[in-house]
Amino acid sequence: MLKDLPPDGGQFKTRGHWRKIWANFRRRRLAFVSLIIISFIYLLGIFAPVIQTHDYQETNLRETQQGPSADHWFGTDRAGRDLYTRVVWGIQTTVIITVTSFATGSLLLGVSIGLAAGYFRGWTDAIIMRVGEVVSAFPDILLIILLAATLRPRFVQFARDIEDSTGMTGLVSSGIVDYVVIGVALLPLSWFGMMRLVRGQVLVLREAEYVQAARAMGTSTPRILYRHILPNVVSPIIVSVSFGIGAIALSEVILSFFGLGVQPPRPSLGVMIGEVTARGGASVSVLRDHPEQLLAPIIVVWLLIFSWNIVGDALNDVLNPRAR
Amino acid sequence: MLAYIVRRLLWTPVLLALAAFFVFIMGTWAPGDPAELRLGNRATPDNIKRERERMGLNDPIPVRYFNYVGGVLKGDFGDSYHYQGRSVLEIVRPRLWVSMQLNIAALIVAVSIGLPLGFYAAKKQGTARDPAIVISMLVLYAMPVFFTAPFLILFFAVKLHWVPASGWGGFFSLQIILPALTIGIPGAAVFVRFMRASTLDVIGQEYVRTAHAKGMSNFVVNYRHVARNALLPVVTIMGFTMAGMFGGSLIVELIYGIPGAGRLSLDAIFQRDFPVLTAFVLLGAGMLVFANLIIDIAYTIIDPRIRLQ
Repeated sequence: MLKDLPPDGGQFKTRGHWRKIWANFRRRRLAFVSLIIISFIYLLGIFAPVIQTHDYQETNLRETQQGPSADHWFGTDRAGRDLYTRVVWGIQTTVIITVTSFATGSLLLGVSIGLAAGYFRGWTDAIIMRVGEVVSAFPDILLIILLAATLRPRFVQFARDIEDSTGMTGLVSSGIVDYVVIGVALLPLSWFGMMRLVRGQVLVLREAEYVQAARAMGTSTPRILYRHILPNVVSPIIVSVSFGIGAIALSEVILSFFGLGVQPPRPSLGVMIGEVTARGGASVSVLRDHPEQLLAPIIVVWLLIFSWNIVGDALNDVLNPRAR
Repeated sequence: MLAYIVRRLLWTPVLLALAAFFVFIMGTWAPGDPAELRLGNRATPDNIKRERERMGLNDPIPVRYFNYVGGVLKGDFGDSYHYQGRSVLEIVRPRLWVSMQLNIAALIVAVSIGLPLGFYAAKKQGTARDPAIVISMLVLYAMPVFFTAPFLILFFAVKLHWVPASGWGGFFSLQIILPALTIGIPGAAVFVRFMRASTLDVIGQEYVRTAHAKGMSNFVVNYRHVARNALLPVVTIMGFTMAGMFGGSLIVELIYGIPGAGRLSLDAIFQRDFPVLTAFVLLGAGMLVFANLIIDIAYTIIDPRIRLQ
């Protein structure tokens, strides 16, 4: 996985750098196992349409609340839907959310804004930092909930308008709108930490002699940023991503648990957990009679977050030896 | 240091004003016409028009914002759309008080488990106990409250009947135990991690060796030289940890059926009662900002090294 990263731009390190890091990482057994667990879970999600045994919306009222059987590996829920199928589709939701919101929020926004703030300093930096402080003044979950609640109706309306004017169908029901809403709601969580990290590194690196040399040779600013500075920030970025993905995955689960994230019929691990634990007064009775329905979604969420934390820790040790 | 405190004190109101502006804009952007929601089934086009005028919804955004902030400064967050004729503060205050009690109980759990255990792990570095504590805390930290809450209910309430499964009976009731544990345990994991790291930092210091060399008892060195100094950096993360636990308490309130702010804000979303939601978010932001401000200032006062810089 690490070998596929962009080759390091600095001339002093070679491809061997990443190979050494990979070897170091592999020696940490717990982290290596965690990485395998993560890959396995992500593969389950990616191949959900292939490995499903039923349709995720297919209800069967003659087979509700069943235990595990040959036909229903994890049993069925109160509408007779196959839990195994719903779990793998729920994982797919997690995969989509973590990947897209990291690609956009953290990598695209966080890294480029961080590069800009660190390199240009002065007013650009001051404004960006102040905006970031305002965003981080809110408790994360509250801000995410507020954003999701206010944005959803607008986005759904927008998607309906598109459907009406183009004659397309299924834009709303496919769940794409949900993903966009969740992605946007998670933006404040993802961009600021990454931006601050990159900014700090850039503030140091821009004074480095090789950057000064590049500037003296008349290299353009974007080229300095992407060719000379960015490659040297890759290590902390990787560490930050691996720590952050767990938080992103959990936030989606929480939003969906509250009914603000992924909407039925699309399954999500959060929706599945919410259906057993938090539906008003009936919750305790469902929980008491069928706690086993919670097991699969909760174990997946737990394994994912735990594994990302372990991998993040190990990557931190391997990539930033000075931090120890 | 004085310059730093003054700068922080001057920036805080600006920060809160900007946060209020953001919340206000989200509130105006929220779906539904407030006048219509407010009137409920009395909503006729004429009535809506009059109500809009009365609520000041036709004023330009900046005017409305300043009216809103002016109200907030006087403790007036506007009126609820859903509960006719009741002010937002009237609705939010008792709920927030419940949530605060729950979070204080959780913080007590987190601190009283986390700090001693972190200290102990650091002292036992090099033995099997240290990694055992660290890993089990990581496991607990990653365990979502969705897992701990149902598990605790099933085990202690449904099976053993030690405590009630859900509900709210105030700070000094049996019902607070399970939710406080649910929120407090992941918090404790955070404290263990930081306390361990900072204790290890202090143990390596020369003054600790000197203290031992002077022949002071282990107890005195541990508590006076090591633990006290190790606590300092841990204090700074208190604010973040509390914010994190606060987020967790929203879910916990839902699962345990506690009538706190989490339940309220969720109801507000589905009833489109946005003044209640925005007030809650703004109050949350205010508390977080002030907690961090107080912690930062307290930190500079406690630690002379920072004061001198």
